[in-house]
Amino acid sequence: MSTAGPALRAENLSKRYGQLLALDHVSLDVNPGESVALIGESGSGKTTLLRCFSRLVEPDEGRVLIEGVNAAEIEPIELRRRIGYVPQEGGLLPHWRVRRNVALVPWLRSMEAPDSLADRALELVGLEPAVYAGRWPRKLSGGERQRVAVARALAASPAVVLLDEPFGALDAITRADLQTTFARIRGELALTSLLVTHDIDEAFLLADRVAVMRRGRVEQVGSPAELRERPATEYVHHLLVRARVIRA
Amino acid sequence: MSRRRALMLTLVLLGLPGPLPAQAGAGRPVVVASKPFGESFLLAEMFAQLLEARGFEVDRRLGLGATEIAFEALRTNAIDAYPEYTGTGLLAILRAQPTADAGEVYRRVAREFRERWGVRWLPPLGFQNTYAIAVRRETATRLELATLSDLARVSGQLQAGLTPDFIGRPDGMPGLQKAYGIRFRAVRALLPAVKYQALAAGEVDVIDGYSTDGFIARYDLMVLRDDRHFFPPYEAAAMVSPGLQRDLPAAVAALTELSGLLTETEMRRLNRLHEVDGQPAPGIAAAALHALGLTGVLPQQTSTGRHRSASEVLPYLWDQRSIILSLTARHMLLVGVSLAAAIAVALPLGLALERRRRAAEAVIRGVGLLQTLPSIALLAFMIPLLGIGVIPALVALFLYSLYPILRNTYTGVRDAAPEAVGAAWALGMTPAQVLRYVRLPLAAPVIMAGIRTAAVINVGTATLAAFIGAGGLGDPIAAGLALSDTRMILSGALPAALLALLVDGVLGWSERLVSPGG
Repeated sequence: MSTAGPALRAENLSKRYGQLLALDHVSLDVNPGESVALIGESGSGKTTLLRCFSRLVEPDEGRVLIEGVNAAEIEPIELRRRIGYVPQEGGLLPHWRVRRNVALVPWLRSMEAPDSLADRALELVGLEPAVYAGRWPRKLSGGERQRVAVARALAASPAVVLLDEPFGALDAITRADLQTTFARIRGELALTSLLVTHDIDEAFLLADRVAVMRRGRVEQVGSPAELRERPATEYVHHLLVRARVIRA
Repeated sequence: MSRRRALMLTLVLLGLPGPLPAQAGAGRPVVVASKPFGESFLLAEMFAQLLEARGFEVDRRLGLGATEIAFEALRTNAIDAYPEYTGTGLLAILRAQPTADAGEVYRRVAREFRERWGVRWLPPLGFQNTYAIAVRRETATRLELATLSDLARVSGQLQAGLTPDFIGRPDGMPGLQKAYGIRFRAVRALLPAVKYQALAAGEVDVIDGYSTDGFIARYDLMVLRDDRHFFPPYEAAAMVSPGLQRDLPAAVAALTELSGLLTETEMRRLNRLHEVDGQPAPGIAAAALHALGLTGVLPQQTSTGRHRSASEVLPYLWDQRSIILSLTARHMLLVGVSLAAAIAVALPLGLALERRRRAAEAVIRGVGLLQTLPSIALLAFMIPLLGIGVIPALVALFLYSLYPILRNTYTGVRDAAPEAVGAAWALGMTPAQVLRYVRLPLAAPVIMAGIRTAAVINVGTATLAAFIGAGGLGDPIAAGLALSDTRMILSGALPAALLALLVDGVLGWSERLVSPGG
């Protein structure tokens, strides 16, 4: 539709799980080429919001637009194949070798030569296909596994990638490596990405804009500099102090 | 017969109507059965040979389960005739109070069985086979025992080894306790196959046996006199199905020729030949019928008897190899067909339940309840519906195989690598693709383990198929148990054990084969 509008837009989304209001009238835009991070404590609704964009969660109220098109009108399976996704624990299929894992979405979309697309994606994340393509997932280190998961999300060259705490389970050094790799890839491909994380440093490092969520609401959206300089609420201020991003 | 059964089976499996039930008149075989003990085998063999000598075709189903199974089969025309005892009919089937007068008991069962079920008791064969309480001769001498009243005096010092049947029946231990005040120091439940050895070895002091028992002479035992006439009369007689009376009255008449001809002495002699000397039943029956003047030519004696110890098992097995082979083939047929059917039902059901988890536990527990049914009871329940033979055995084995396969399929698929399933879903696999490419391959080892469990249980349970006349390796086990013949038991039990190991090994190997992830 309109190329000028946001790549992802959430309009007034609400989602209730029994007593819990997971999303409370949330609106958020992610512009083309932009990286937005969702931060907040567990239970703040950030993962729920992320999952609305691939229709893994259907909101009770409001609507989701993908490149201007109402997501409710896009067939969910089709939508998910068009959007890259990196789950928390990698979620590689343990009974498939690395190459087949990475070629999953090209294969699902019946694209040509899924294996060479897979190899290209592996190179992109810094894994030599000749070494890694034939390996079983359980023979990989945690960092390698997350790299494969990122490669898998990128193999079909999606315009948008959703990442759900992708590096959360890694040790600090490996995490830093992967963050660097992701920042590089994002620049090279001009990726639009939405990233859920509970690590404020990671959010500030990888995102153009950061959305702070609390109890199903967005407390503040802004660039790292804006957040640092003008925390909109007491909560955002506390969060940043606690993370030693700003001084008390 | 086995070819015909196989044909029936094929037709049933293909869902085609089987051959019509045999019409009245010539051509229809008379199905002669027995219960699983020596005397019953012998009498049934005599019935069968007598009918054959009179020109009838006979189908033998020897060693059927217990009274409930044999009678249920007769009542529903799955079998035509088997030897039974009037006292058993009165107490175990009619559940009536025992009376001492033999003629009265016979008249009572004859009348009630005819009125209730159309089943006919032919006139008694001429001997009684009542329960006999026996002790070692040495014990009898030492404690001066001749009667059950004597036994009551010293019962507090003695240990009894009794068949489970006898321990529970009103005409067994509970009644004995009331009538004589007998209270043993301890009562151990022992199968017929071991109770004589246990008595001879001094493990127990008192056992229950039968008055015409061949073992009583073999082990030099002393039968204590029932001086208060507690045990009701157990006159042996042929029982005949409603179907046979309708279809082949001439066969009923032929069976009646045996009535009144067998004395207790003669029966004890025949039992000794069978149970002690180890001669095969067909030879003994042929000689006995000939001696009674019922058959013309005496067929030549084929065997002089067998040794019954566990030694020389291998030569015996080698001797019996062709029989064992065909029994093994039948066994594998029972296991294979029932297991295949169970897989065909439980696997898709497990997958379907994974999509309806709320219903799943209830359904799986329901199927699990089947597992708790005693197999003999399940087999007995099915006789009115399916008769006896291969079909009910297959159905029972099928039912017993469902649970492990269903449980493992469901939990295996449900619990298969949740993060991988979540990722596959989030990346755009359809539910069918998630099942086919992720859940199923990841659950395969668990499902295979369920199939393996079911298969091994199945091989063991299939030995019970012998009790409803389905054949297989249970045949020599049941007969061997009845005749206290260790080698005969082993000729069924060893191949069954080997088969279980083999099945376990092959399926274990294929379990590794389907294991994902290199």
